[in-house]
Amino acid sequence: MSDDGLVMLQLHEPGETPAPHDSERGAAVGIDLGTTNSVVALSFEGSVEVLRSADGRGLIPSVVHYRDDGGVEVGAKAREAILETPDHVVSSIKRLMGRGIEDVKALAGTLPYAVEPNPDGGMVRLRVAGRVLTPVEISADILRAIKARAEEALLGKMVSRAVVTVPAYFDDAARTATKDAARLAGLEVLRLVNEPTAAALAYGLDNAVEGLYAVYDLGGGTFDISVLKMEKGVFQVKATGGDAVLGGDDIDHAIAEHFLADRKAAVGEHPISAGEVKQALMTARVAKECLTGRTEGEWMIEVDGRPSRHSLTREQLEFLAAPFVERTIAICREVVEDAGIDVADIRGVVLVGGSTRMPLVRARVADFFGRPPLADINPDEVVAVGAALQAEALTAGSDTLLLDVTPLSLGIETMGGIVEKVIPRNTPIPVAMAQEFTTYQDGQSAMSIHVVQGEREMVDQNRSLARFVLRGIPPMTAGAARIRVSFQVDADGLLTVAATEMTTGIEQQVAVKPSYGLNDDEMADMLRDSLVHARDDMQQRLLTESVVEARRSLLAVQSALGVDGDLLSADERQAIDAAIEQVKAACAGSDRDAVTASVESLETATKSFAEKRMDRGIRQALAGMSVDRLDGALGGGE
Amino acid sequence: MTMTAAAMPALVPCWSCKGPVATRALFCSVCGAVQGPGALDHFTRLGLRPTFDLDMDELERQYFGFQRRLHPDRFASKSPRERALSQGQATALNEAYETLKDPLKRAVALLEMQGRKVDLTACGTINDKDLLMEQMEKREAIADADSVEAITRLSAAADSDVLSCQCHISAAFNGSDLEEAVHLTIRLKYLVKLADEARAKKVRMMRAVR
Ligand SMILES: Nc1ncnc2c1ncn2[C@@H]1O[C@H](COP(=O)(O)OP(=O)(O)O)[C@@H](O)[C@H]1O
Ligand SMILES: [Mg+2]
Ligand SMILES: [Zn+2]
Repeated sequence: MSDDGLVMLQLHEPGETPAPHDSERGAAVGIDLGTTNSVVALSFEGSVEVLRSADGRGLIPSVVHYRDDGGVEVGAKAREAILETPDHVVSSIKRLMGRGIEDVKALAGTLPYAVEPNPDGGMVRLRVAGRVLTPVEISADILRAIKARAEEALLGKMVSRAVVTVPAYFDDAARTATKDAARLAGLEVLRLVNEPTAAALAYGLDNAVEGLYAVYDLGGGTFDISVLKMEKGVFQVKATGGDAVLGGDDIDHAIAEHFLADRKAAVGEHPISAGEVKQALMTARVAKECLTGRTEGEWMIEVDGRPSRHSLTREQLEFLAAPFVERTIAICREVVEDAGIDVADIRGVVLVGGSTRMPLVRARVADFFGRPPLADINPDEVVAVGAALQAEALTAGSDTLLLDVTPLSLGIETMGGIVEKVIPRNTPIPVAMAQEFTTYQDGQSAMSIHVVQGEREMVDQNRSLARFVLRGIPPMTAGAARIRVSFQVDADGLLTVAATEMTTGIEQQVAVKPSYGLNDDEMADMLRDSLVHARDDMQQRLLTESVVEARRSLLAVQSALGVDGDLLSADERQAIDAAIEQVKAACAGSDRDAVTASVESLETATKSFAEKRMDRGIRQALAGMSVDRLDGALGGGE
Repeated sequence: MTMTAAAMPALVPCWSCKGPVATRALFCSVCGAVQGPGALDHFTRLGLRPTFDLDMDELERQYFGFQRRLHPDRFASKSPRERALSQGQATALNEAYETLKDPLKRAVALLEMQGRKVDLTACGTINDKDLLMEQMEKREAIADADSVEAITRLSAAADSDVLSCQCHISAAFNGSDLEEAVHLTIRLKYLVKLADEARAKKVRMMRAVR
């Protein structure tokens, strides 16, 4: 790259760009929205602070208490309420993000949630304290509390933007649901970042590590394993895998089942209520966590109002937990093999998530990777720390770069319910790929397109993301039409699908964003209900975008004047200067139409200037002058 | 005045400041705006010399270097238009990286640059009789393997077939024998498929043993 290209570039490095109202746009935080606990952190000039409650706690239990008086309580207080009014409290809602009822797991035949039937299918709805709520709304309540916690810790400074982390293994529906929840809570999502990638970022920057690293994240609800290459500020995900519904909760479940079986043997069977199920699960969890430090203990559960005592040793716990831990190890093996990586080449394993405190987990991970895992950063906070660093990188600029991949293959249903993969898993994002399909009946005028995500061969074993119909295919014999289906996944891992009929030249096109059961109207209603200022917010965002665009145009014209200003007569120059002033004035105001109009007149005023510049460029090139300057920043990699 | 196409400077107006930029430029040198990805071959896009014998470290270095400057995360606070263009650039870089990283796709890309089309997705019949026989025999052997030891041996053999075919492709390209390169690339496609099948079966059988 030429020196003068570099100078020009630096003028426009992120952070120094014309991002207007930046102070008014509020702080940008990192949020680990966990199944069990959430954490929020803020980075300033590379040093990260976890934002704590007044009494110094960093973890916010992801538990929501819907009070009878209409109030909503989140966190430690809400978790305590499980003992008093279990049916007013929701926990582990992240497991239901973007999911259907078939994914909810029962304990002793009873669900820990009251599920509202939804005739349209799609995302589950829960009945809590007389309200019917979707997981998106419940997550939004958690995010509102996180936002409030952050604003309080920052002494009233507004927090309006965030990097939110999701399990790498989250599918498109769950990612969309997470983004929607943040929007409902009044947070602009700068980026969804995968939890293991965020952890690696926090870890890598702190320790200046280089080479291949594995991140093993076992939390309450999800398991993730990622292998990353870290090199000079680049964090490249080589492979990722996991299970979106495997975690400490499953071990709690097994312990609770064990207690109930124990009880049945001792005092016989009694009907168990949804509330008692929740309490039993909570007790099981306490037992599990105690047995990390101790080797045995005794706990009490209650069924049908009658209490009973049960003892548990660490050995028994490990016997109950082993199948789940072994499953994580099997997934590790698959991911490493799938990526063609030799375990010996992995220079370290980073532990993330509360469940990695269990001695059994540490021992099995150490055993599989052949080295003791690294756990010197608090496994509860490391994800939020990474998210905060990324939030700063996105708003103030930085040298680090996260290169993520698609966690699951994306494909389309073909004849016989077989999936044709369009984008394989572990493909770097953003990515765009297309595949052609054809009609199978003479004169077929419409084609139904079913988008699925997953690794299995048959459609019904994968997650269904979207269905839509491409109509208006001209009459042709079977197999003659060419329907091009293109998939685009952005840097957040979110998918857009478009289908186009190619033979006619007349392009019939439909584009969809996969949905998880909430349609746009429902989303709009929720936004209206939950956020009086949603509309204003939207207007403000549109204005901000227009102003960003206008200032970009302004700077572009000014740069051009600096280089080729001599091409203009005094009159021409004056006209352009006047148009510039007009744009400046409009940007200072708050009328979006005025901003757009001023940019248009600037374009008109500079039209002939632009032509003269093109002419000069071509003349110079024809005269054999170096086009180096025109090549701009063509130069190579580093 | 007439000019030959090659001597014509490839200039287009910058979408942002409207001044001239080279079609291949990533950024406008006057206003700094990121440009669209344009139509480049994968090697040029990553600033690499077109060759089958690519140094994987160099590929990664170039890829990281370009992503560092073009990834959408670098444009988070920029205008929507610039964000869209950077997404296009990053998408094109990823496609180039994925293509060049994989020897089979790399060979196909190199052949295509020299006017030879090899369709990887076509599952048409194998014209080459020897290749067909060889495939059938090896596929049968994989299907018949009934112990972890047997499938491990077959999988290793399939992997080494792939490697040796790659060496031959390299030699064909270096000797400018495009006919041979096409022939071997088609062969490689089937060898890779066999190796994948063997590996998948190995993983399945090892899992069953556990
Ligand atoms: N000391 C401990 N011993 C065993 N498990 C623990 C311990 N501390 C926390 N956990 C478990 O970690 C899980 C929560 O981990 P966390 O990383 O906060 O989860 P998530 O990412 O799902 O929010 C819970 O299942 C909890 O029981
Ligand atoms: Mg977590
Ligand atoms: Zn320009």
